[in-house]
Parts: sequence; C-alpha cells; structure tokens
Amino acid sequence: MATEQEVYHIAELADVGINTGELGTFTHQFNAILEYFDVLDRVSGDTAVTRDLCNVMREDETEPSLPREEVLRNVAAQEDGFIKAPRVM
Amino acid sequence: MAEGQVIVGLEVHCQLDTKSKLFCGCSTDYRADGPNTHVCPVCLGLPGTMPVLNKRAIEYAMRVAKALNCTVLQESEFSRKNYFYPDLDKAYQITQYDKPLAEGGYLEIEGDEGGEKRIRITRVHVEEDPGRLVHMGNAERGRYSLVDYNRAGIPLIEIVSEPDMRSPREARKFLNKLRATLEYLSVFDSEKEGSLRVDANISILGSERVEVKNITSYKGVEKALTFEITRQKSQLRRGQKVERETRHFLEARGVTQSSRSKEQEHDYRYFPEPDLRPLHVQSWVEGIVLPELPDARRERFIAQYGCSLNHARTLTGDLRLANFYEQVVRPDPAGLATLADTWISDTLIGELNYRDMSIDAVDPATFTGLIGLIREGVITDTSGIEVLRVMLDQHLNNQPCEKPLAIVDRLNLRKVSVTIPLGLGYEIDAKSGVEPSLTSQSNPILTAITEALTANPGAVEDFRKGKKGAFNFLVGQVMKKTRGCADPAEVNRLLAEELKKEA
Amino acid sequence: MGDNECCFEPEDRYNAFLTTCKKVTHGSGKLGGIAVAVKDNISTQGIETTCASKILKGYIPPYDAHVVQLLKGSGAAIVGKTNMDEFGMGTTTENSAFGPTLNPCDTGRVPGGSSGGSAAAIAGGMVRMALGTDTGGSIRCPAAFCGIVGLKPTYGRVSRYGLIAYANSLEQIGPMGRTVDDVSVLMQVIAGYDRRDSTSYDRPYAHTPCADIQGLRIGIPQEYFGSGVNPEVAAVVNKAVGRLEELGATTIPCSIPSMEYALAAYYVICTCEASSNLARFDGVRYGPAADAKKSWHEAYQEVRRANFGTEVRRRIMLGTFALSSGYYGKYYAKAQVARENVKKDFARVFADVDVIAGPTMPTVAFRLGEKSDPLSMYLTDILTVPVNLAGIPAISVPCGTAEGMPVGLQIMGRPWEDERVIDVAYAYEQGCI
Repeated sequence: MATEQEVYHIAELADVGINTGELGTFTHQFNAILEYFDVLDRVSGDTAVTRDLCNVMREDETEPSLPREEVLRNVAAQEDGFIKAPRVM
Repeated sequence: MAEGQVIVGLEVHCQLDTKSKLFCGCSTDYRADGPNTHVCPVCLGLPGTMPVLNKRAIEYAMRVAKALNCTVLQESEFSRKNYFYPDLDKAYQITQYDKPLAEGGYLEIEGDEGGEKRIRITRVHVEEDPGRLVHMGNAERGRYSLVDYNRAGIPLIEIVSEPDMRSPREARKFLNKLRATLEYLSVFDSEKEGSLRVDANISILGSERVEVKNITSYKGVEKALTFEITRQKSQLRRGQKVERETRHFLEARGVTQSSRSKEQEHDYRYFPEPDLRPLHVQSWVEGIVLPELPDARRERFIAQYGCSLNHARTLTGDLRLANFYEQVVRPDPAGLATLADTWISDTLIGELNYRDMSIDAVDPATFTGLIGLIREGVITDTSGIEVLRVMLDQHLNNQPCEKPLAIVDRLNLRKVSVTIPLGLGYEIDAKSGVEPSLTSQSNPILTAITEALTANPGAVEDFRKGKKGAFNFLVGQVMKKTRGCADPAEVNRLLAEELKKEA
Repeated sequence: MGDNECCFEPEDRYNAFLTTCKKVTHGSGKLGGIAVAVKDNISTQGIETTCASKILKGYIPPYDAHVVQLLKGSGAAIVGKTNMDEFGMGTTTENSAFGPTLNPCDTGRVPGGSSGGSAAAIAGGMVRMALGTDTGGSIRCPAAFCGIVGLKPTYGRVSRYGLIAYANSLEQIGPMGRTVDDVSVLMQVIAGYDRRDSTSYDRPYAHTPCADIQGLRIGIPQEYFGSGVNPEVAAVVNKAVGRLEELGATTIPCSIPSMEYALAAYYVICTCEASSNLARFDGVRYGPAADAKKSWHEAYQEVRRANFGTEVRRRIMLGTFALSSGYYGKYYAKAQVARENVKKDFARVFADVDVIAGPTMPTVAFRLGEKSDPLSMYLTDILTVPVNLAGIPAISVPCGTAEGMPVGLQIMGRPWEDERVIDVAYAYEQGCI
C-alpha cells in the first residue's frame, strides 16, 4: 500500500500536483483502489498473439502543413514564429 | 582487458532521408524555412490526432539492419517513452523499446592494433525526433525557452553498439564507417546540419560508467571522449571514485559537464503505443538488395584500380569521394587510376579540408583535366598544386572559375625541362614540340643552377664536405628560381653534373 | 435565413450543451437537415472543444475529426457540443468542470456518463441524434439512464481520428438517438475506414434494421444477474428478455468467469493510457497559459493542478503509478493478460449463442451527489467494461422502468456483428409497439 509520501511523490512524477489538504483523503481512496486491483495477481494466461491488422503504413508522400497562423492560434505566447515556453534548466 | 582499459559504447541517432515525417505527411525539408512552418496537427501533437507510420522509414531502417548484419525481429512494435519537456509536444516520444526492429549485428572497423575489428551492434530501431529548443533571455530580463516543432516527427534511426571500442580513435572510426555505410545505403545525408547525434558511454575498467549526451559532430565525439577519459583517469589517480552519471558535451569549450540530477531519476514508464499496430517485416529482409557497401568498394578499388589499402580506405570512406574518384578516372582508368588516387588522397582532400570545402565543390571532369596536364608533362606536380589551389580559392570566393589550362598559361606555369642529351643546348617546349635553341646558356635550368650555386657558396661547400642536406637544399633553390616549373628529375641530374664539373 | 441554414437556440434546462451554434448550416444527404449534437471530446474545426475541462477552455481545433467530416458530408446540422465527464472519466457527468448535466427524466438525478450531455440533449427533445464516446460504458450508461438508444460499435469500426484520447485501446465513437432506426442511420454515416487512424478497419455499415429474430440464440450470463444488480432492474430486464423469446429467440444460460477481474483490468488499462495521453496538457500550445516566468517544471505542475479536476488527477496518478518502474508487471502486463481472458471468454460463449443479453447498468440513475466515493463509482461500470476489453459491439435500448426511472437492456454481439446487435434491439423496440 502507498504511504502519503509515496502518493505525494506520484503526484510530482505525474506533474498533477496535490494540495496538502487533499493528501489524506487522496491516499485513502488511492489505496482502496489499489487494493481492488490486487485481484489481478490471481490472473494467469497468455497475452494476445497478433492475429490481424499489422504492418499498417502509408507511402512516403508529403502533404501540406498547417499555415503557421493556425499552428499559433491557440498558443498563449509566441515570439518571431517560435512558441514561448517556461525556461528549462 | 588491461587495467586502466578504456571501454566505449555509442548510441548513434541519424535522421532518415525520407520525404515526409515518420508519422505524418509534413515535408522533412525544413532547414531553410522559418520556425513552425513544417507542422501539422499530428506532429504538433494536438489532442485527438493519431500517428500513421511512414513505410519508407521502415524500408530504410531495414536496409541498415541488413547492412549491419542484424537479425530483424519477427514482431516489432512501437512504444511510448514518457517524459515532460517543451520540445516533446505529446509529452511522450514514440520509439521502440522491448521489441525493436532488429538486434545483434556488427560493423567492422580498422582497430587500434591494426587489422579489422568487429564492433558488435546491440540493436537498431526507429523513433521520432523531438522539436528544437532555443534558450533565451538572461538573469535580469528573465529566462525562457522558444520552441520550433519543424523537427518534431522527423524519422530517426538509432544504432546502439556494444561497449566494444577501446579508444576515442576507434569510436571515431566506428562513427565514420557507420556514416559512410548509411550514405552508401542512400538513407542518410550527413551534410544536413544536425542529422546525426551521438551519446557515448565511457568507463575505465573497474569504474562506473559515464554517459555523455548531446554530441552533434564527428570531431566532437573524439574530443568529448578524449576529455572524458582524461577527466576520469585524473579522478582515479587522485584516489577519487568516478560517479555514475550523465554529462553533457559542450562543443565550443570541448568539455563535458555534469547534467542536473533530475535527469538520472527518469522513469520513462514505457508501454506499447496503442495507436500503432505491430510490424511483421522479417519476411521483407530477403527482398532487400544492398548496394555495394564501403568494404566491398574498398576491395574493388584495390583490385580494379590498384589503390593501396590505405588510399582505398580513404577514398571509399566517403560516398561522395568514392564517386568522385570513379568519375575522375572513367575517361581512361588504366592511365589515370594511380595518378588520381595519389592526387586525391594525398593532395585534394587536404586542400579541401583546409578550406572547409566539400568534394561537391570540385567538378570531376575539370579535375581529370588537371591531372591530365600533369600526366602529359605540361606542368609539374608542384605547379599542379598551385593550379588546384587557385581553382579552389576561386570557387570559395565566388569568383569566375577558370579552366586549369587557362590558369597554367595565365600564371606561366608550363613545365621547363631538357629532354635531349645535354650539350646540344636544345630547349623543348612540351606543348609545341621541339624548338632548338642555340646555347646551353639559354637553358633556363642551367641558368637557375648557375645562379643558385653562385648565391649559395656555403651550401656548395657543405656539399663538398659531404653534408647530406646540402644537395637537396640546392635543388630547392633551383626549383624556387624556376618557380616550380622545372622538372625535378632534370634539376637533380643537371645539378649533380654541374657540381661534379666544378669539383 | 437560407434554405440550408437553421437556428438552434434550445432551452437547455439540463445543461446538456457546453457550446451551441446559434446559426447552423447543413446540406442534403442521409442526415440532410437533421440536428446532431457532438460530444465535446470530438474535435470540431473552429468550434471550442474542451472535453469539459478547464485545461482546454478556449481551445479551438484547427481540424475536424473524421466523423465530423462525415457528418458534414451527409448534410447534418451540427448544432453544438455536449457536456461530459471531464476527459470521459466518470459515469455520471458530475465530473464536468462546467457543472453536471441533469437527467431529463428526473432533474434530481444524473443522466449517466460520460456522454451525459448527448443523452440528455436527445432525451430532452433538443436534438434527434448525437455522437457519444464509449470507453467503459460511456454511451450505454447514459442511454440506459435517460431512456434512449446508444451503440458502442466494434473497436476499429469508427475512426478515432479527432477523438481526444482518454484510453486509446478501449474507446469508440458511437451513435445515440431516440430510436434504433436513428442510431442505425447515424452509424451508416460514421462507420468505415479512415487512413488517418491506424487502428481503423475497412468495415462500413450499410444496414437497415430488421426485426426478425426467429431462431436467435441469446446467452444470459449469470454474472449479469448476480447480487450486485438491483433486483427491480434485473426483473425488468428479465421481462424484456422474455419478450425477445416471444418474438422467436431462445435463451441459454452462460458464464463469463473473467468478469471477476474485468473491472480491475479495465481501470488499470484506461488509467495507464490516460496518464500518458493527458501529459501533453501543459499550457504551451493550447489551453490556459503556463507562467513563462516560472521554471518549466513549476509552471507545468501549476497549470495542471489548477485546471485538471480531482477525478482526472486521480486517474492520471493511478496510471502513472501502474506504469512506474517495478509495477509494470503487476498491473499493466497483468491487465493485458486479463483482457485476453475476457476476449477468450466471450469467444467461447459466442460459439454457442449469437448475442448476449443483460442489464446495461446494475441500478437506475442515482441521485446527484449520491456517489462520492471513487471506488464505488467505478464498480457501477461492472456490466459495461467487459465489452470494451473485448472490443465487441454492444447496444443499450430502453426496456421499461424501475423506481420510476428508465432501465436499459444491453445486447452484446460478436466482433463485426453490429448489424445483428442493432437488429435485436430493433426487434425488441418494434415488439413493444
């Protein structure tokens, strides 16, 4: 079962964040669900063998790209055609 | 392995030269265009979009796998590599994880100890390139990043080697051989900026392994490895442990630097890409006809043109160079093979490198003409180099390009030599035929010899005393006086005679 | 107002719509002039598409989903985008960031989810047809709760290109309508191959429903009538099955033992896929802006914590956990094995029967706010998720009421036998007239 610390860590890893206020309830619910998942431990068998629909590919042909205004339409911040993002270290 | 042995493995990423991207129809020809102009909903990762695999990328990758003697897997599939970074617009990269396209091959290189050495290939797989990040700003105004997704979705082939290399030199040779092979297969264009990226793993036997990322040039690989080995060895010498870590190569400074620790904690949470179907392409291997590869071409050059092993290696080590050579000798292979071999390997390559020029700058027919002049005796080797330099500089400086013979005549470089027995005072003009002239004094070589001997009594004295270099020095002085146009063999012969006379 | 323009200004008492298109153009064709609503996780060019989430507020797709192109090509009047559980995660449409949708049959109750808005729009008489999506029952559940018809097609029969992904290997876009006929006509328009969807099959649907079920063999799984199902609901569905027998079908008891772990497998797979699908929402290319003055990691987390609802964050975390180093074998890999067992179970049953019947949901629509515990909410999907795991077609058709609320009869069929599933539902529907 996951501790509050582990649940907090997962929230960090998934970059969804978690408020300290929610942490207790979240952990409790999280663990109930994980416990429910334990039924899978008893499952045995093989995974699927690919029988149909493989090698789905297209020819190497070009198609028109989006006009840049369309690319940038939903973008919050841009500069000289580039999309602006927070700095990475 | 010896103690202190260097162990190197490489992961090489090359952009495959397809017309469209790996999972969408955007054109891959983005380098000349502005940011975010080769982007569509799919490669931008807009919600709801789905990838569709480019068949040619798989065909190209399979050519590589076959050329590297790998085994193509019966079933291979794509996986998601999940991590967050602004240049990765889906927050996952579609790559191949536990079921790559091919495994278990090798590439032969010239080992440090001489002779052929096999570098084993662990795996070959296909993946998409992320976008490109530019770091902006400064501490005062605030730092931020600018992203261009033109590169996002370009097909990459990743070739992973076993840690079989034992020096930066071997690593460079591996990389060069790999690059040449990929070019021979017509799947890769090494001239395209950023088309190749290398991650290197280095350790000293008995110590931890260090990964160096972000090496983007061939020279950079050797530099990075050399620096890293020195760094690791000096750590060990000081009694310190080498940390297992990831470092970045800073090309401009030639050093590696430790990456932020967050990198090491990456848990990529791989799982099979549910929007793509598996590949069953093992049966395609048989039908792949490989072109002549570097090793085979090297052997053919030795057999067909009489090239030395070293020259053959050099010439076939680059596709363009090999093609150039064969085009140059084509009008008369028997007559031109050896001359072209020497001239290209020993002279042209050096002159091109010095000017940072590509072999593409030289027209094969023109070059054939140039070495033809040398073969016919119109000019000496030395003059030939001078003409070549003029030709290359004209190209480099965007000046009108003259034909070799025009340069010869403009600079008055026609060969001067005596081709009939001494004493008769004949002077031969190699182009127009025999033109008898009257006295030996009008023989320019003899004139130059007389002047050189007069001007350098000390050297003559040294020669009498038996000093070895004196004769060659005097030959050099004579050559200088004739501005390289004299036939060196003639100069040697006549000078020796004159010195004998004076004795 | 031209001949191919109409007005759409419904009185939306149920909060069924997130966006309505006041002036709508339409063409001629199979759906010429018919008002169709589209669930808000399906991309519509030029029309805001939010998945009922704050993180996509204001997002205007520059492209149409394949099915939207097909709707337009058939002359349909696309009148608006319907409310849903955020990113499809929910069984009641209470997880919408823009308020829940109410059940037109009883506005104190949920309409079901996640396609609650589409169901309410139909049940509330605002549109005749709508597109929904079904990942674990999200078309069938609201169809059952609101007393309308909803079909989840065979996986791969309808293109997912343009469907904002929640769980790629489980979901399908499907038709919803008042009658089986309407659902069938809509299916004719949206089914078929799309080269932009690599999981798409070339299986168009050109069927007209037929009410003859003489000789049909119907499997009745014991797990669908067990203790977890409300007895009144079970009774109503049993009666409906009886009606099918009167129409010429025979029933055969059967069992699907893998149902024991089907729900767990479903929730592992969908949360894993979702955790990856939703990672792209970072406020850089669309959605509420990331704070460019912060560092990447800080800004990213902030945008997501503020704009993803609790259930979405929970499922992302579950999926991240299940895929994380060391846990892949225990969860994701096991879930795939479980999934294969479910497929095999259905295949085995279908050797002896032509369709399988049972209740769509274990209860009727709950009251708003009634289910607050996530696990107890997940458990209500128990009768719908096996179908998604197996990729088979299934329909929910209204078959009576319990506690005064609609009950849905679920008919499941072999892969690619969507036509037969439609026919059985049609036969029942016509048989009640």
